Amino acid sequence: MADPMKIRAAMAGDKVEVKVLMSHEMETGQRKDAKGATIPAWFIQNVTATHNGRTVLSAEWGPAVAKNPFLSFRFAGGKPGDKVIITWVDNKGDKRTDEATIS
Amino acid sequence: MNSSRRTVLKGTGGAAVLGLAMVAGLFKPGSAWAEWNKAAFEVKTLNDAVKAMGGSQASESKDITIQSPDIAENGAVVPFTIASKIPKTEAMALLVEKNPNILAANFSIPDGTEPWVNTRVKMGQTSNVIALVKADGKYYYASKEVKVTLGGCGG
Repeated sequence: MADPMKIRAAMAGDKVEVKVLMSHEMETGQRKDAKGATIPAWFIQNVTATHNGRTVLSAEWGPAVAKNPFLSFRFAGGKPGDKVIITWVDNKGDKRTDEATIS
Repeated sequence: MNSSRRTVLKGTGGAAVLGLAMVAGLFKPGSAWAEWNKAAFEVKTLNDAVKAMGGSQASESKDITIQSPDIAENGAVVPFTIASKIPKTEAMALLVEKNPNILAANFSIPDGTEPWVNTRVKMGQTSNVIALVKADGKYYYASKEVKVTLGGCGG
C-alpha cells in the first residue's frame, strides 16, 4: 500500500486552495537498471478531487509527472470544516484515497 | 552461452508484461473515473495531441500563462503553474516538446474550479513547454522555453 498523501486545504479569499503531495515512484519506463534491463513504467494515471460529492478537479497523468507528485489547485464553493477527498489510481491498478478538512 | 535460452527468457518477459497490461485493463477503476486517454500520451507533437484529445487544431493565445523557472537545474523536478483567462476553460494540459512523449498531464477543470494548476514534471532536456487549453470546445496554446542543465529522464 502506498504511503498516505499529504493534503492541505485552506481558504484563499473566497476560494479553497488545495495542495497535495503524493508518494509515488512515477517510473517512466525509459530508464534501465544496472544490468541494462528496462525498468517497467509505474506511474499515477488518474487523480480525482471531490468536495461534497462533486468533482472539483480530475487529471490524467503520464509518466512525465515528477516523482512524488505535487499538485495545487483552487475551487469555489467550499468553506472551513468541509472535507476535500483525493484519490489516485496508478497503471498497476493500485489506488489510494485520502482526505483533508478545509481550514 | 545458449542463445535459444536467451530467446525463451525474452519471450516469457514479454508475456509477463502483456499479462500485467491485461490485468490493468480488467481492473479499470469505476465509472466515476475519467478514462485514461492512452493515445494522447503516446503522441510526439502538439498537433497529434490535440487530435488525440478530439480536437482539430490549436491556436496560439496570449490569455494562457506559464510560470516556471527559465533555467531548471534539475530536469527531474521542474515546477510549472499554468493558468488560463479564456472564458469557459474546460481542460488544461501541460506538454513538454522534447520528452519521449509530449503530453505530461491533462487536467479537467469543472465549473467553479479556477483554471489554475500548479504541478511538477520531468524534462529530459532543454525544451519548449506548452500549455494547451480547451475552452468552449476549442483548443488554444502558449509555449515557453525552459533550459535544463541536468536531464530528468535518463538512466
